[in-house]
Amino acid sequence: MAENTMTIDQSQASGQVAAGLRRTPAAHLTAEMAQVGERSQGAVAVRELAFPVQLGLRARPGSASATALEGVLGVPLPTGHGQVTGDPDGLHVVWLSPDEFLAVDVSREQVPGEGRELEDALEGLPGQAVDLSANRSVLDLRGPRVREVLEKGCHADLHPRSFGVGTAIATQLGPVPVVLHRYADSGYRVYPRASFADYLVRWVLDAAEEFCHEEVL
Amino acid sequence: MLSIPCPECGPRDEIEFHYGGQAHVAYPADPHSLDDRGWAEYLFYRDNPKGLFAERWQHAAGCRKWFNALRDTHTYEFSTTYRVGEPRPDVADPHPGAAPAGPSTPSNTPSSPAGGTL
Ligand SMILES: [Zn+2]
Repeated sequence: MAENTMTIDQSQASGQVAAGLRRTPAAHLTAEMAQVGERSQGAVAVRELAFPVQLGLRARPGSASATALEGVLGVPLPTGHGQVTGDPDGLHVVWLSPDEFLAVDVSREQVPGEGRELEDALEGLPGQAVDLSANRSVLDLRGPRVREVLEKGCHADLHPRSFGVGTAIATQLGPVPVVLHRYADSGYRVYPRASFADYLVRWVLDAAEEFCHEEVL
Repeated sequence: MLSIPCPECGPRDEIEFHYGGQAHVAYPADPHSLDDRGWAEYLFYRDNPKGLFAERWQHAAGCRKWFNALRDTHTYEFSTTYRVGEPRPDVADPHPGAAPAGPSTPSNTPSSPAGGTL
Protein backbone atom coordinates (compact mmCIF):
# COMPACT_ATOMS: atom_id res chain seq x y z
CA MET A 1 0.00 0.00 0.00
CA ALA A 2 2.57 2.52 1.15
CA GLU A 3 4.81 2.10 -1.86
CA ASN A 4 1.84 2.85 -4.17
CA THR A 5 0.89 6.01 -2.32
CA MET A 6 2.58 9.13 -3.53
CA THR A 7 2.99 11.97 -1.08
CA ILE A 8 2.66 15.55 -2.19
CA ASP A 9 6.44 16.00 -1.82
CA GLN A 10 7.09 12.99 -4.04
CA SER A 11 4.60 14.10 -6.69
CA GLN A 12 6.18 17.54 -6.74
CA ALA A 13 9.62 16.00 -7.07
CA SER A 14 8.48 13.77 -9.92
CA GLY A 15 6.77 16.81 -11.43
CA GLN A 16 10.11 18.51 -11.61
CA VAL A 17 11.58 15.47 -13.32
CA ALA A 18 8.62 15.40 -15.73
CA ALA A 19 9.08 19.09 -16.49
CA GLY A 20 11.96 18.20 -18.79
CA LEU A 21 9.93 15.51 -20.51
CA ARG A 22 6.46 16.94 -20.99
CA ARG A 23 5.52 18.37 -24.36
CA THR A 24 2.85 20.91 -25.27
CA PRO A 25 0.10 19.69 -27.65
CA ALA A 26 1.44 21.69 -30.63
CA ALA A 27 5.17 21.34 -29.85
CA HIS A 28 5.76 19.47 -33.13
CA LEU A 29 4.61 22.58 -35.05
CA THR A 30 6.95 25.05 -33.33
CA ALA A 31 9.07 25.59 -36.45
CA GLU A 32 6.06 26.10 -38.74
CA MET A 33 4.58 28.60 -36.28
CA ALA A 34 7.84 30.56 -36.15
CA GLN A 35 8.10 30.54 -39.95
CA VAL A 36 4.71 32.11 -40.53
CA GLY A 37 5.70 34.97 -38.22
CA GLU A 38 8.87 35.57 -40.21
CA ARG A 39 7.29 35.13 -43.62
CA SER A 40 4.44 37.49 -42.80
CA GLN A 41 6.95 39.97 -41.33
CA GLY A 42 5.08 39.95 -38.05
CA ALA A 43 1.63 40.46 -39.55
CA VAL A 44 0.62 37.16 -37.96
CA ALA A 45 2.95 35.80 -35.28
CA VAL A 46 1.93 32.45 -33.77
CA ARG A 47 3.37 30.61 -30.81
CA GLU A 48 2.19 28.18 -28.19
CA LEU A 49 2.55 29.07 -24.51
CA ALA A 50 4.28 26.42 -22.44
CA PHE A 51 2.10 24.86 -19.72
CA PRO A 52 0.36 27.95 -18.34
CA VAL A 53 -1.75 27.36 -15.23
CA GLN A 54 -5.42 26.70 -16.07
CA LEU A 55 -7.93 26.07 -13.31
CA GLY A 56 -11.60 25.32 -13.87
CA LEU A 57 -13.82 27.02 -11.29
CA ARG A 58 -17.52 26.49 -10.62
CA ALA A 59 -19.39 28.82 -8.27
CA ARG A 60 -22.14 31.41 -8.37
CA PRO A 61 -20.72 34.95 -8.11
CA GLY A 62 -21.82 36.48 -4.83
CA SER A 63 -22.09 33.10 -3.07
CA ALA A 64 -19.97 31.88 -0.15
CA SER A 65 -18.15 29.57 -2.60
CA ALA A 66 -17.28 32.50 -4.85
CA THR A 67 -16.01 34.49 -1.88
CA ALA A 68 -13.84 31.55 -0.82
CA LEU A 69 -12.34 31.21 -4.32
CA GLU A 70 -11.80 34.95 -4.64
CA GLY A 71 -10.02 34.98 -1.27
CA VAL A 72 -7.42 32.51 -2.52
CA LEU A 73 -7.15 33.93 -6.03
CA GLY A 74 -6.99 37.56 -4.95
CA VAL A 75 -9.02 38.31 -8.08
CA PRO A 76 -12.81 38.77 -8.21
CA LEU A 77 -14.82 36.41 -10.41
CA PRO A 78 -16.19 38.08 -13.55
CA THR A 79 -19.95 38.54 -13.46
CA GLY A 80 -21.00 38.55 -17.08
CA HIS A 81 -20.49 37.48 -20.66
CA GLY A 82 -17.16 38.45 -22.22
CA GLN A 83 -15.59 39.63 -18.97
CA VAL A 84 -12.05 38.96 -17.76
CA THR A 85 -10.80 40.01 -14.32
CA GLY A 86 -7.22 40.25 -13.09
CA ASP A 87 -3.96 40.74 -14.98
CA PRO A 88 -4.05 39.52 -18.61
CA ASP A 89 -0.27 39.01 -18.47
CA GLY A 90 -0.45 37.19 -15.13
CA LEU A 91 -3.30 35.62 -13.20
CA HIS A 92 -6.71 36.37 -14.64
CA VAL A 93 -10.16 34.80 -14.63
CA VAL A 94 -12.24 34.30 -17.78
CA TRP A 95 -16.06 34.15 -17.71
CA LEU A 96 -17.31 31.00 -19.44
CA SER A 97 -20.84 30.77 -18.07
CA PRO A 98 -22.81 32.28 -15.15
CA ASP A 99 -21.32 29.67 -12.82
CA GLU A 100 -18.19 28.51 -14.66
CA PHE A 101 -14.83 30.26 -14.98
CA LEU A 102 -11.32 29.58 -16.18
CA ALA A 103 -8.52 30.97 -14.05
CA VAL A 104 -5.35 31.32 -16.11
CA ASP A 105 -1.85 32.33 -15.12
CA VAL A 106 0.28 32.87 -18.20
CA SER A 107 3.26 34.14 -16.19
CA ARG A 108 4.31 30.75 -14.88
CA GLU A 109 4.18 27.03 -15.60
CA GLN A 110 1.77 24.62 -13.96
CA VAL A 111 3.21 22.48 -11.16
CA PRO A 112 1.72 19.29 -9.67
CA GLY A 113 -0.73 20.05 -6.88
CA GLU A 114 -1.88 23.21 -8.61
CA GLY A 115 -5.21 24.50 -7.29
CA ARG A 116 -5.13 22.51 -4.07
CA GLU A 117 -5.48 25.72 -2.07
CA LEU A 118 -8.65 26.58 -4.00
CA GLU A 119 -10.00 23.06 -3.47
CA ASP A 120 -9.36 23.35 0.26
CA ALA A 121 -11.10 26.73 0.36
CA LEU A 122 -14.26 25.08 -1.00
CA GLU A 123 -14.32 22.48 1.79
CA GLY A 124 -17.96 22.03 2.82
CA LEU A 125 -19.21 24.44 0.16
CA PRO A 126 -20.86 23.74 -3.20
CA GLY A 127 -18.58 24.39 -6.14
CA GLN A 128 -15.51 23.09 -7.87
CA ALA A 129 -11.86 23.91 -8.45
CA VAL A 130 -9.98 21.59 -10.79
CA ASP A 131 -6.53 21.74 -12.37
CA LEU A 132 -7.33 21.82 -16.10
CA SER A 133 -3.87 22.87 -17.26
CA ALA A 134 -3.60 19.84 -19.55
CA ASN A 135 -7.08 20.35 -20.99
CA ARG A 136 -6.30 23.09 -23.47
CA SER A 137 -3.36 24.32 -25.47
CA VAL A 138 -2.87 28.09 -25.31
CA LEU A 139 -1.95 29.70 -28.62
CA ASP A 140 -0.69 33.25 -28.67
CA LEU A 141 -1.50 35.17 -31.87
CA ARG A 142 -0.03 38.61 -32.36
CA GLY A 143 0.04 41.03 -35.23
CA PRO A 144 -1.99 43.55 -37.20
CA ARG A 145 -3.63 40.88 -39.41
CA VAL A 146 -4.60 38.44 -36.67
CA ARG A 147 -8.20 39.64 -36.50
CA GLU A 148 -8.57 38.98 -40.22
CA VAL A 149 -7.18 35.48 -39.75
CA LEU A 150 -9.62 34.74 -36.93
CA GLU A 151 -12.56 36.25 -38.80
CA LYS A 152 -12.11 33.69 -41.56
CA GLY A 153 -13.52 31.03 -39.26
CA CYS A 154 -15.10 32.62 -36.22
CA HIS A 155 -18.85 33.23 -36.18
CA ALA A 156 -18.69 35.66 -33.24
CA ASP A 157 -18.42 39.37 -34.00
CA LEU A 158 -14.74 40.28 -33.52
CA HIS A 159 -15.09 43.92 -34.55
CA PRO A 160 -13.57 46.13 -31.82
CA ARG A 161 -16.98 47.69 -31.13
CA SER A 162 -18.16 44.36 -29.71
CA PHE A 163 -14.86 42.59 -29.00
CA GLY A 164 -12.63 45.15 -27.31
CA VAL A 165 -9.32 44.57 -25.57
CA GLY A 166 -9.97 42.55 -22.42
CA THR A 167 -12.85 40.52 -23.85
CA ALA A 168 -12.93 36.72 -23.80
CA ILE A 169 -15.64 34.41 -25.10
CA ALA A 170 -16.23 30.72 -25.67
CA THR A 171 -16.95 30.21 -29.35
CA GLN A 172 -15.81 28.21 -32.37
CA LEU A 173 -12.87 28.75 -34.71
CA GLY A 174 -13.52 26.79 -37.85
CA PRO A 175 -15.10 23.63 -36.49
CA VAL A 176 -13.08 23.74 -33.24
CA PRO A 177 -14.60 24.90 -29.94
CA VAL A 178 -12.25 27.44 -28.38
CA VAL A 179 -11.96 30.12 -25.75
CA LEU A 180 -10.86 33.34 -27.44
CA HIS A 181 -9.29 36.13 -25.40
CA ARG A 182 -8.28 39.50 -26.83
CA TYR A 183 -5.63 40.49 -24.29
CA ALA A 184 -4.02 43.34 -26.24
CA ASP A 185 -4.82 45.60 -29.16
CA SER A 186 -3.56 43.06 -31.69
CA GLY A 187 -2.93 40.19 -29.30
CA TYR A 188 -5.24 37.20 -28.98
CA ARG A 189 -5.02 33.94 -27.07
CA VAL A 190 -6.83 30.93 -28.48
CA TYR A 191 -7.56 27.93 -26.26
CA PRO A 192 -8.38 24.76 -28.22
CA ARG A 193 -8.66 21.48 -26.35
CA ALA A 194 -5.36 19.60 -26.55
CA SER A 195 -6.60 17.03 -29.08
CA PHE A 196 -7.63 19.84 -31.47
CA ALA A 197 -4.36 21.78 -31.14
CA ASP A 198 -2.65 20.15 -34.13
CA TYR A 199 -5.65 20.74 -36.40
CA LEU A 200 -6.23 24.29 -35.19
CA VAL A 201 -2.58 25.38 -35.54
CA ARG A 202 -2.54 24.04 -39.11
CA TRP A 203 -5.85 25.84 -39.73
CA VAL A 204 -4.38 29.12 -38.42
CA LEU A 205 -1.19 28.71 -40.46
CA ASP A 206 -3.26 28.09 -43.59
CA ALA A 207 -5.48 31.09 -42.87
CA ALA A 208 -2.36 33.25 -42.33
CA GLU A 209 -0.71 32.17 -45.57
CA GLU A 210 -2.13 35.04 -47.63
CA PHE A 211 -0.43 37.55 -45.33
CA CYS A 212 2.96 36.00 -46.14
CA HIS A 213 2.80 37.31 -49.71
CA GLU A 214 2.76 40.70 -51.27
CA GLU A 215 -0.70 42.06 -51.82
CA VAL A 216 -1.82 41.92 -55.44
CA LEU A 217 -3.97 44.90 -56.30
CA MET B 1 -27.67 31.32 -40.69
CA LEU B 2 -29.95 32.24 -37.79
CA SER B 3 -28.78 34.65 -35.12
CA ILE B 4 -30.00 33.32 -31.78
CA PRO B 5 -29.93 35.56 -28.69
CA CYS B 6 -28.56 33.43 -25.84
CA PRO B 7 -29.97 34.81 -22.55
CA GLU B 8 -26.43 34.73 -21.10
CA CYS B 9 -24.20 35.63 -24.07
CA GLY B 10 -26.37 37.69 -26.41
CA PRO B 11 -26.71 37.07 -30.14
CA ARG B 12 -24.59 34.28 -31.62
CA ASP B 13 -24.80 32.35 -34.85
CA GLU B 14 -26.92 29.23 -35.02
CA ILE B 15 -23.81 27.06 -35.54
CA GLU B 16 -22.99 27.43 -31.82
CA PHE B 17 -26.35 26.01 -30.70
CA HIS B 18 -27.92 22.62 -30.21
CA TYR B 19 -31.67 22.07 -30.59
CA GLY B 20 -33.63 20.39 -27.80
CA GLY B 21 -37.22 20.07 -28.97
CA GLN B 22 -40.42 21.32 -27.35
CA ALA B 23 -40.08 23.23 -24.08
CA HIS B 24 -42.25 23.00 -20.97
CA VAL B 25 -42.89 19.26 -21.24
CA ALA B 26 -43.21 18.59 -17.54
CA TYR B 27 -42.16 15.33 -15.91
CA PRO B 28 -45.28 13.44 -14.82
CA ALA B 29 -46.40 14.42 -11.32
CA ASP B 30 -47.16 10.78 -10.50
CA PRO B 31 -45.13 8.59 -12.89
CA HIS B 32 -46.45 5.35 -11.36
CA SER B 33 -50.01 6.15 -12.34
CA LEU B 34 -49.21 6.33 -16.07
CA ASP B 35 -50.23 3.57 -18.41
CA ASP B 36 -48.26 2.77 -21.59
CA ARG B 37 -50.22 5.31 -23.58
CA GLY B 38 -49.54 7.99 -20.99
CA TRP B 39 -45.82 7.24 -21.06
CA ALA B 40 -45.73 7.22 -24.83
CA GLU B 41 -47.41 10.60 -24.92
CA TYR B 42 -45.05 12.03 -22.31
CA LEU B 43 -41.97 10.72 -24.10
CA PHE B 44 -42.79 11.03 -27.77
CA TYR B 45 -45.88 13.16 -28.47
CA ARG B 46 -45.03 16.76 -29.25
CA ASP B 47 -46.88 19.73 -30.65
CA ASN B 48 -46.17 20.65 -34.23
CA PRO B 49 -47.65 24.11 -34.67
CA LYS B 50 -47.28 26.37 -37.65
CA GLY B 51 -46.40 29.60 -35.87
CA LEU B 52 -45.06 30.39 -32.40
CA PHE B 53 -43.45 27.41 -30.69
CA ALA B 54 -41.72 27.27 -27.29
CA GLU B 55 -38.61 25.14 -27.67
CA ARG B 56 -35.38 24.30 -25.89
CA TRP B 57 -31.95 25.27 -27.16
CA GLN B 58 -28.48 24.82 -25.74
CA HIS B 59 -25.59 27.23 -26.32
CA ALA B 60 -23.32 24.25 -26.89
CA ALA B 61 -20.21 26.10 -28.11
CA GLY B 62 -20.58 29.02 -25.70
CA CYS B 63 -21.83 29.08 -22.11
CA ARG B 64 -23.25 25.54 -22.51
CA LYS B 65 -26.49 26.56 -20.79
CA TRP B 66 -29.91 25.32 -21.85
CA PHE B 67 -32.56 27.96 -22.38
CA ASN B 68 -36.01 28.31 -23.90
CA ALA B 69 -37.00 30.25 -26.99
CA LEU B 70 -40.18 31.31 -28.72
CA ARG B 71 -39.67 30.77 -32.42
CA ASP B 72 -42.01 30.97 -35.35
CA THR B 73 -41.80 27.63 -37.14
CA HIS B 74 -43.04 29.25 -40.33
CA THR B 75 -40.69 32.25 -40.57
CA TYR B 76 -37.94 30.92 -38.23
CA GLU B 77 -38.10 34.27 -36.44
CA PHE B 78 -37.13 34.24 -32.74
CA SER B 79 -39.54 36.37 -30.69
CA THR B 80 -37.71 35.97 -27.41
CA THR B 81 -35.43 33.71 -25.40
CA TYR B 82 -35.57 33.12 -21.65
CA ARG B 83 -33.77 31.12 -18.99
CA VAL B 84 -34.79 27.68 -17.85
CA GLY B 85 -37.19 28.01 -14.91
CA GLU B 86 -38.69 31.26 -16.16
CA PRO B 87 -42.30 31.11 -17.34
CA ARG B 88 -43.14 31.31 -21.02
CA PRO B 89 -43.39 35.03 -21.83
CA ASP B 90 -46.73 36.25 -23.09
CA VAL B 91 -45.77 37.11 -26.65
CA ALA B 92 -48.33 37.66 -29.35
CA ASP B 93 -47.83 35.58 -32.49
CA PRO B 94 -46.17 38.01 -34.94
CA HIS B 95 -47.80 36.18 -37.85
CA PRO B 96 -51.15 34.99 -36.52
CA GLY B 97 -52.42 34.34 -40.02
CA ALA B 98 -49.81 31.63 -40.47
CA ALA B 99 -51.09 29.56 -37.56
CA PRO B 100 -53.71 26.91 -38.25
CA ALA B 101 -57.14 27.10 -36.69
CA GLY B 102 -57.29 25.83 -33.13
CA PRO B 103 -54.73 26.27 -30.37
CA SER B 104 -51.81 23.91 -30.10
CA THR B 105 -51.95 23.51 -26.36
CA PRO B 106 -51.43 20.47 -24.15
CA SER B 107 -55.18 19.87 -24.51
CA ASN B 108 -54.27 18.23 -27.83
CA THR B 109 -52.65 15.41 -25.88
CA PRO B 110 -55.58 13.89 -23.99
CA SER B 111 -53.86 11.97 -21.19
CA SER B 112 -50.95 14.38 -20.94
CA PRO B 113 -49.97 14.12 -17.29
CA ALA B 114 -50.12 17.10 -15.01
CA GLY B 115 -46.81 18.20 -13.57
CA GLY B 116 -44.65 21.09 -12.52
CA THR B 117 -43.22 23.56 -14.96
CA LEU B 118 -39.83 23.01 -16.49
ZN1 LIG C 1 -24.59 31.43 -24.07
